[in-house]
Amino acid sequence: MSAIALRDVSVSYGRTPVVTEIELDVAEGAWLALIGPNGAGKTTLLRAIARHVSFTGEIRLRGRASGSFSRRELARLVAVVPQQPSTPPWLTVSEYVLLGRTPYLGAFEQEGRRDREAAARALERLDLLELADRRLGTLSGGELQRAVVARALAQDAAIVLLDEPTAALDIGHQQQALELLDTLRGEAGLTFVAAMHDLTLAAQYADRMVLLDQGRIAADGSPADVLDEALLERHYDASVQVLELDGRIAVVPRRGSRRSAHTTP
Amino acid sequence: MEAASVRPRSLSSRGLPPVWVWTGVAFLLVSVVVGTLVGPIEIGVADALRSFGAKLHLPGVESTLGQTEETILWELRVPRVVLAALVGATLALAGATYQGVFRNPLADPYLLGVAAGAGLGATVAIAYLPRGLRGQELLPPLAFAGGSVAVVLTYAIGRSVGRERDAATLVLAGVTVASFFTALQSFVQQRNSETLQEVYSWILGSLPSSGWADVLLILPYVTVAAVVILVHRRVLDVLSVGDDEAASLGVNVRRARLVVVVAATVGTAAAVAVTGLIGFVGIIVPHAIRLVVGANYRALLPLSIVVGAGFLVLADVVARTALAPAELPIGIVTAFVGAPFFAIVLRTGRGRG
Repeated sequence: MSAIALRDVSVSYGRTPVVTEIELDVAEGAWLALIGPNGAGKTTLLRAIARHVSFTGEIRLRGRASGSFSRRELARLVAVVPQQPSTPPWLTVSEYVLLGRTPYLGAFEQEGRRDREAAARALERLDLLELADRRLGTLSGGELQRAVVARALAQDAAIVLLDEPTAALDIGHQQQALELLDTLRGEAGLTFVAAMHDLTLAAQYADRMVLLDQGRIAADGSPADVLDEALLERHYDASVQVLELDGRIAVVPRRGSRRSAHTTP
Repeated sequence: MEAASVRPRSLSSRGLPPVWVWTGVAFLLVSVVVGTLVGPIEIGVADALRSFGAKLHLPGVESTLGQTEETILWELRVPRVVLAALVGATLALAGATYQGVFRNPLADPYLLGVAAGAGLGATVAIAYLPRGLRGQELLPPLAFAGGSVAVVLTYAIGRSVGRERDAATLVLAGVTVASFFTALQSFVQQRNSETLQEVYSWILGSLPSSGWADVLLILPYVTVAAVVILVHRRVLDVLSVGDDEAASLGVNVRRARLVVVVAATVGTAAAVAVTGLIGFVGIIVPHAIRLVVGANYRALLPLSIVVGAGFLVLADVVARTALAPAELPIGIVTAFVGAPFFAIVLRTGRGRG
């Protein structure tokens, strides 16, 4: 049984179709990278899985139709790490991470000992215990990113949807964050679906890539299959060179030929 | 790692820091004492306490106050102080709540058109009702009705437009409804210019000295409002991370926002109905607390109640005594303190809001 199964899933904003007839199965424990140009529908697809937008077709989570979950049940199974998380500057790190326990609390209940322990574990895993009482407004970008991941972790959800999880970080922090995410995934057996822009990094961490273009799946397979020069040039409208470095794939932009190729009839 | 090896103790900062609780309570107590004792007729602390003891039927305690002083104390001063405390607490709590659900540091209790609607109701009462029925009898219910109608309209418009994201749409709908009701109110007022003075003084806000009647009138509304908001205090913290993220944490964002906003609005409308429009309390009190304590909503909401109550009691003391025996509209006092304070809040940056 796959962790996530999409059948004929389409989303439109008003009359504009954004995601069209997606068929996709994500295995338990996989790291699937959603790639594709801006506006390809990556974020919208994640929002449909998280039930933030209405869709047609069917999405099953561990075999069960996503519409049949209550909000809280869904939140115990699926956690979201958004592209631009709102991090209220007045909250302390531990208060923020404790918000991840919301799906386990009754409507008017406050956190109990178990919730504080779960949050403390998440803080420890992300090396945030020392920052527990610091306010979010005083953290660096990398620390803030870890706090957001810690909140998702405290949620104890088996499926984690990540939207450009490292977009705001420099290359070193990107590596650290992805390395950490991969470790956490291995330890807890989590399933990741992550929209990613950096194809080289995506190839290093994801075990499967799905290339979206104009709301449809254009390619699906291992990084080696999907990161094909011709395919990328066609769908990203870019000029790139795909290299193999130390047995891994690197996508390098190439300057020069693109513009003339585009303007010559 | 075993759960036992981590220290849940380090995660205990979810409640109110006790020092701020006591500071807030002390501030409220001092305000109440000052509000009770200060006035054209001096009443000593000892006399007031003895009279209070006698009211409680404490054995061996006799009031040392004369009949007149006794009446002034229990039928004028105390109910007025209690009313100020209730209204101040409600406006501050509603302000903090609006700022939370709309994630807007400038949101205030009058945001959704309550003030404009209540203003229209009050103006109609003053302009068209025979003099005998005005004032305590029909003005508060009409102001309350006007405020409620305005908010219902705001909600209806906001809903019909914004299916996806409520917060900003609702605020815009509030602005629309408010300007419509303000136009109606100005029209009524202009047609009945002889009532200008009366309408104007209502708009500036003032606490009536009408004994316990007004306290009893608003008590049920403000109590229900406060209880509903306080049981949602954790939800307000969750809402502070945004609609989508709150939803992915399992919160029914629309329903939570609706319930809390309705509660805050009912409380505000009740308060406005008896006191007129008292501005700035709903903005300066929560922001002052944020600046000093930097609090999450679980701490901010209870503190807003206590500090808001104390603040308005003190403001009323100033209103009563600054130009004694004349009385200054309390709205002028709160704005006089509020405007400069607000400038400071803006300077220190809106990040904390």
